[in-house]
Formats: sequence, C-alpha cells, structure tokens
Amino acid sequence: MIYEGRAWAVGDNIDTDLIIPARFLVTTSPEELGRHCLSGLDPSFAGKVAPGDILVAGRNFGCGSSREHAPLAIKGCGIACVVAESFARIFFRNAINQGLPVVECAKAKRIREGDVIKVDLDSGLIKNLTRGEEYPIAPYPKFIREILSCGGLIPWARGKEA
Amino acid sequence: MGMTLAEAIIARHAEREVAPGEFVEVKVDGVLANDITAPLAIQAFRALGAQKVFDPARVYLVPDHFTPNKDVKSAEQCRIMREFSREQGIVHYFEVGRGGIEHVLLPEEGLVLPGELVVGADSHTCTYGALSAFATGLGSTDIGYAMATGRTWLRVPHTIKVIWRGRLRPWVMGKDLILDLIGRIGVSGANWCALEFAGDLLPALPLDDRLAIANMAVEAGASCGLFPADEAVLSYVSGRAVRPFQPAAPSPDAAYHQVLEIDVGGITPLVARPHLPENVVPVAELEKIPIDQVVIGSCTGGRWRDLSVAAQILRGRKVHPEVRCIVIPGSQRLFRRAVEEGLVETFLAAGAVVSPPTCGPCLGGHMGVLAAGERAVSTTNRNFRGRMGHPESEVYLASPAVAAASAVLGRIASPEELRGGR
Repeated sequence: MIYEGRAWAVGDNIDTDLIIPARFLVTTSPEELGRHCLSGLDPSFAGKVAPGDILVAGRNFGCGSSREHAPLAIKGCGIACVVAESFARIFFRNAINQGLPVVECAKAKRIREGDVIKVDLDSGLIKNLTRGEEYPIAPYPKFIREILSCGGLIPWARGKEA
Repeated sequence: MGMTLAEAIIARHAEREVAPGEFVEVKVDGVLANDITAPLAIQAFRALGAQKVFDPARVYLVPDHFTPNKDVKSAEQCRIMREFSREQGIVHYFEVGRGGIEHVLLPEEGLVLPGELVVGADSHTCTYGALSAFATGLGSTDIGYAMATGRTWLRVPHTIKVIWRGRLRPWVMGKDLILDLIGRIGVSGANWCALEFAGDLLPALPLDDRLAIANMAVEAGASCGLFPADEAVLSYVSGRAVRPFQPAAPSPDAAYHQVLEIDVGGITPLVARPHLPENVVPVAELEKIPIDQVVIGSCTGGRWRDLSVAAQILRGRKVHPEVRCIVIPGSQRLFRRAVEEGLVETFLAAGAVVSPPTCGPCLGGHMGVLAAGERAVSTTNRNFRGRMGHPESEVYLASPAVAAASAVLGRIASPEELRGGR
C-alpha cells in the first residue's frame, strides 16, 4: 500500500473536538462530516484539501472522544492517510476499523506543510520527495495489517465468516 | 508471573493467560452506546449482516448527549436508536425522563459489576473502573461488532499503578486527585495503558469521587482506571446488581509498567487551565480570573456527592450577578433525590438554573454553550479548544467545590476564600 500526496501539517494533541466539533455530530455521512474536518482548528481546512492529500501531525493525534466521526471526517474531506508521531488509542482503532491508514513515524515533524511525501507501508518508509529525506515508520502488528488490508473491520469480519 | 487487575479481568474474558502488548479476543459482559455513537454502530451492525444483538439484556442504549432533543437532526439520531431498541427488544434502553447520563446511570442501575469487561461507544466508559470492571471506550464500528457478537479484540494494556498515601485536605475531592495525576503524567502519559489505583487513602475515598477519577483516566490516554473491589465497591453494588458477578484482584507479584507514589496531603484544590486537562495549577496560585459561567454536572461531576458539596457551598449564598450557574443532576433518580432533600431549592434560591440530566454543555451541545471570549469553570472532563462552544471560549476544569465557590465569587476561587467558611 503506497500513498503519495501533499502534506498538511498540524501540531501535538490534536483532539477529536478540533477534528470534528460535537455540534456536527448529528449525521453519519462522511461527505457531510468531511466538510467540517478540522474546523475546530481552521474552518477553511476542508475546502483546501485535494483528494489524496496526507495529514501530518505531532504527538497524541486524535486524543479525546471515541467519536468515529473523526476518522470519517478525515476520509470524507479527501485525506488518504494520516502520519503522526503518535496516536491516541481509540482514534487509532477507529481509523483502522474504517480502513484509514494511520502511520506512526518518530520523524513526522520533519515533514513541513506543502511537502510532497510518499508513504510506503510495504517497505516501512516515508519518502519526503520535496526534501529528499527518508523516515522509517513503525510497522503494524500482523493483526492490524490484516484488518487494514481488508479495508476495515467490517469487511475483515465478513471475510472471517465466509 | 502474577497479573495486574486489568490483566486478571482480561485473562478471564479471553479464557487464557495474557501478557501486556498481546492482541486477544475477549467476550464482553455489556455493550453501551449513546445517541451520538449508536446510529453509526447500528449502521456497522447492519453492514455486518447481523440480525440480532448477542443478548438484548446486555446492550445498553442511552440517549443523553443531545437530549432532550436539541434540534431536528439530533431528534432523527435518537429515533434511529429508539427504533433499533424496539426492533431488538433491548431491555435497558433509557428514555428521556427515565434515565440520565450514561456513566451516572449504569452504575446506579447495577448494570456494570466488579470483575466484568464492558465496552462502550463513549470514551468515558472507563468510569466503571471505579466499580473494578475493566471498561473501555471504543468507536462505533467496534461497538456494532460487539453488539452483534458479544466479543471484541483488545491489545492487553501495560498497567501503571498509582499509590495514593495520606489524607486529603479540606475541600480536596476525587476530581483534584485525577487532575493532579494528569498534570504529572500528561494527556498521553498513559496512552495504551491501564491505570490501577491503590494506597491507604482508598478506604476514605467515597465511591462518587472514585467514579470521577476513573472517568478521567482517558484524559491521560488510559484505556481504563481500575479500583480494587473493596468494601465500598461491594456495598455499592449489593442490592443493585442485575446479575451475579465475580470480582477479580491483582496478584501480589504482578508486574507494573510504572509505579507512582503520591502523598495526597500535598494536594490543594486545582483547576486545569485551557485548552488541555494536563494544564493543572493550584487555585491558590491563580490571579483573579473573572468567569461568565459555571457548570456543575456531567459524567464526571454530576453525582450525589458533587451536588451535595455544591449545595453546601451555595446554601444561603447567591450566584455572582455576572455569572450563570447551571446545575445538572446526572440522572432522573438523582434529580428526584435533589428535589426531595432540598438541594434543588438551594440551587434555585442561589440563582442557579437546574437542567434535566444531559451531557449538553460539556461538549458544546446545548444547555449552556459559550460565546466567543466567554470563560467557564466546569466540573466536566475536557477543556479542549471550542469544547463548550465558540473556539475562542475557555473552560477551566475543577471540582464541584471550586466550581460552586467560583460561582459565588464571580472568579476562579477555592471554597476557603468564602466568608463564613463551612
């Protein structure tokens, strides 16, 4: 699995209220949620994202609530992949369950907004095409890899049944 | 190798030995969702091709976040949950007027018990650690899967042991203890870990305070904050428990990831400044910070002891003319008791408003949303930017004692600053 796109950079402890403020939690539609993605931080964010862009963050991305609307909003606005120094537990699970790749990379802060990066889950590397740098990524445990390669928990569970 | 409390409960539900870091499949004793998370969980349940929930007596559905319905869209979300409850014959669906805030309600109803493993589509599901249950928040897809199968997967957490020694100073509550801890370890200090509480303070720590502590375990990133099943826990659940249960205990030779020893005698009333729960400072060290609103309620600070302490401070006093004070009893049962025992009269006489049970203002839903530039002191659990309303508003997290004193003085204040003491 390889994702190449332009980076959007945010900081540490980006919480679920910033990703999708609670007043928008009155729908389950990814498209509608996507229009408000990160609006707690920057109301114009969703409008600037092009499909396939990559969100890059610092420590503890997605801390706070269990709202799965957070990864749905990120997917819904067109972000293909999230790279962060670390993720909060519930957000990490929710993203995997929704088939949104979330990648832990100790060097995430080397990536600047606007850099074009290539995240290669198979080789375990992020290539920063703008800066000519490479950063290793934390490998997924086998179980997580299985769910992600099926496209999320539901297709994984349905596959198990069959 | 001995097991920590979290490991002991998980091992029992995995029906095998477990070690921290392992991925295990476990059976669950209860599954919870609310009006925000249930509609998405029901979608996942249907997408799985499931026809029936694994046990209609072990799926708990509580409309509490945007209820009584704040607008048409939230009414539609509640309707999805209500119709699903009828279709599935859900035994423990709690309609508005017969329920309350999920994490206040389920312990009261005896639906979460020592030694159990409970999952909920709400991050504050960790509250039930106070009852010695391994309880953790998950997203809606996980909960849809658990509703269908009665099972989920977990990565066995490492355990951080917190030993509280000594005696609490006057006006210091469970809320101060958990704020102190989050201030020490930070908002990701226990990410992917469980907290386990111990120490000679515990027998003197009221159950409502323990519920407030366990509730905020997730604000340090913890999957759960577990208390031992001691006398206080067993006496609380006896007479309420809806089914038999078997408490678990940590082994004496359990291996802990980290052990923190804290002398609680050094802790004074605290607040967490905006915009993270780790920004903890003693109230005594603050300059005079004027406030616009006080909220006393929520799954953290809306229980009987919280209301009683607030009433003790507000009795015979008035809410400051420039402050709105909103009191929200956490359940219908607590609201009735607060009426019967005169607490509601105390709040109303002081110039506070008393709301029906709802999560409402905690997450900027309704019943007390903040305007740009406004500042609140709140007994809730999160002070993220924009949490209670406008992104330019501010929330200071505090105990009900600090919240009530602040309501009277119109600025962030400790009860010790009130004339006449008590």
